[in-house]
Amino acid sequence: MSILVDKNTRLVVQGITGREGSFHTEQMLAFGTNVVAGVTPGKGGQWFEADGRRVPIFDSVKKAAEATGANVSVIFVPARFAVDAIYESADAGIPLAVCLTEYIPVLDMIAVRNYLDSKNTRLLGPNCPGLITPGQAKVGIIPGNIVKPGHVGVVSKSGTLTYEVVYALTERGIGQSTCVGIGGDPIQGTDFIDVLQMFEEDPETEQVIMIGEIGGNAEEKAAAFIADHMSKRVTSFIAGRTAPPGRRMGHAGAIVEGKSGTAESKIKALNDAGVQVADNPDNIVDLVVQG
Amino acid sequence: MNLHEYQAKRLFAEHGVPIPQGDVASTPAEARQITRELDGKVVVKAQVLTGGRGKAGGIKLASSADEAETHAKQILGMDIKGFKVRRVLIDKQAPGIDQEIYLAILIDRGRRLPMIMASAAGGMDIEEVADKTPEKIVTAHIEPQLGVRGYQTTYIASQIGLPRELWRDFHKIVAGLYECFKSNDASLTEINPLVITGEGKLMAVDGKMTIDDNALSRQPRLAEMRDVAEEPEAEREARLTGINFIKLDGNIGCMVNGAGLAMTTMDIIKLFGGDPANFLDIGGGAKADQVATGLRLILSDPNVEAVLINIFGGITRGDEVAKGILQALSVVQTNVPMVVRLAGTNAKEGREILAGAAMETAETLSDAAQKAVAAAAKATKGNQE
Repeated sequence: MSILVDKNTRLVVQGITGREGSFHTEQMLAFGTNVVAGVTPGKGGQWFEADGRRVPIFDSVKKAAEATGANVSVIFVPARFAVDAIYESADAGIPLAVCLTEYIPVLDMIAVRNYLDSKNTRLLGPNCPGLITPGQAKVGIIPGNIVKPGHVGVVSKSGTLTYEVVYALTERGIGQSTCVGIGGDPIQGTDFIDVLQMFEEDPETEQVIMIGEIGGNAEEKAAAFIADHMSKRVTSFIAGRTAPPGRRMGHAGAIVEGKSGTAESKIKALNDAGVQVADNPDNIVDLVVQG
Repeated sequence: MNLHEYQAKRLFAEHGVPIPQGDVASTPAEARQITRELDGKVVVKAQVLTGGRGKAGGIKLASSADEAETHAKQILGMDIKGFKVRRVLIDKQAPGIDQEIYLAILIDRGRRLPMIMASAAGGMDIEEVADKTPEKIVTAHIEPQLGVRGYQTTYIASQIGLPRELWRDFHKIVAGLYECFKSNDASLTEINPLVITGEGKLMAVDGKMTIDDNALSRQPRLAEMRDVAEEPEAEREARLTGINFIKLDGNIGCMVNGAGLAMTTMDIIKLFGGDPANFLDIGGGAKADQVATGLRLILSDPNVEAVLINIFGGITRGDEVAKGILQALSVVQTNVPMVVRLAGTNAKEGREILAGAAMETAETLSDAAQKAVAAAAKATKGNQE
């Protein structure tokens, strides 16, 4: 078991012939992900070949899903087409759409969330690294060689910072059930609480690492959820303790405005909920081991 | 991206929000001319992208063209929190102010909707109001398909004690402010204060507006409103190259991929007793050119005494980063010590490319940060001797 993706995942790659789409499809295939289809409008009928496998390309997600039974999509298309790609996935009835694209306007995401809430599609992202279930499926760009099957669930707002933590876990021989990047934009398809709930219900996950960052109050809300609903141990790290206020630190959501969104507030809320917060991602493993 | 007050108010006015008559001057002579044309008492306001203008002496009342010119002379060129005043807004004074209201539209991340926020305590810092007297803040969420509804503005108007005869006008202002918010891809439109004038009319005497950076590509008119003079040169160059750079005050330059890891790298440098010179996220999937520009920008800061490059490849590839580093070093001569830590996608290929370059390598982030802090400390000591 694991959450969201596993060996039964049948993946369709939206934007499979682009620079990022093709490179990372190769990586996903090499990891053993069951990539069943690709979509690039105008290239339907062609094949994507890599790693000794041939993946059929379709003009639309609807066609791809009908022909291959795809049940997860991953979106590697530029920002100005990405919103359309999310709608297309949902309209084709794909249960999980993972959007890696950065720079989607926030008002567009409000409309996307509104539409998805009326559909049976869960969105992960945008502006996220995707997710990976070690030994089973990798959907997105989390490097496959740093993970190891095991029982720690990881959920994070950040991409590369997640790799840092997962790598440190693996180096110390601690495996992961599933690692999920939810992205750092102000409006997301899936938030900390959704993933925490799934980890709580997943029998393979024994404890959870939550990686947050400055901006918004998702970590504070997650802390309240942990206190009330989680029986499994949660350990955390919060990025941006030393970030100057009023400056947006890369992610569209990472900004300290006045008193809201500070690392102190998040760390305090987590500590109050019984969550230990590491001051260095390298040390988070020590906290996990102590568990 | 933040807009100046005069830019924000002009956009508000396009959507029917009443603003004072006025214009922008960049010389004292222009200020005099504008005041003469306005034919009355004016207020001279520094146009800078920061708060606290009033306290800094950047806002002054004038009752004649002579006085406006004198104030403009004083205010133009003034430094307010590191921002140089290059323009002043000359607004006709409101005919008496009976009441000051706060009104804003912003995004509520938790509810994932735009939200109207209002308070009878206008003219004050809204954070302070929220902190000390949260009961004075009234909010209502806007469903995008429905827009601003009459019952919502009635609720707000009654809650903040607005006289009954102004409710209709108040609704028009809130609806206009939301139209302005929506059509310009704003993340904030704020009027503080919205005043009731001595003549019993509502008027937006100040305005603030933040545009969603992700939407600027479809808002060319707004993108042109960017005040490049207020943006540090290095940050402008970074923005045009597609990397994210913020200059800080320390002496350890950092180049990292990913915002979360870049913030963490800064945090860890501090944790080990160092001081970061910048935040720099080369973004996802950076090419060699972007890496080279990033490194060049870091090295252009004379305070930098050591550089820490921390790349954990996912969508970014270690070999591209390594090529970029060599590209930068072929252009910039430097003896600033560098610590490189490459991990993840194509890290091995990257390390091979860098094998000939004179740089210290590190396995983990802690290791890299400690080495960079030590290198910077040594350089500082060397400079003092």
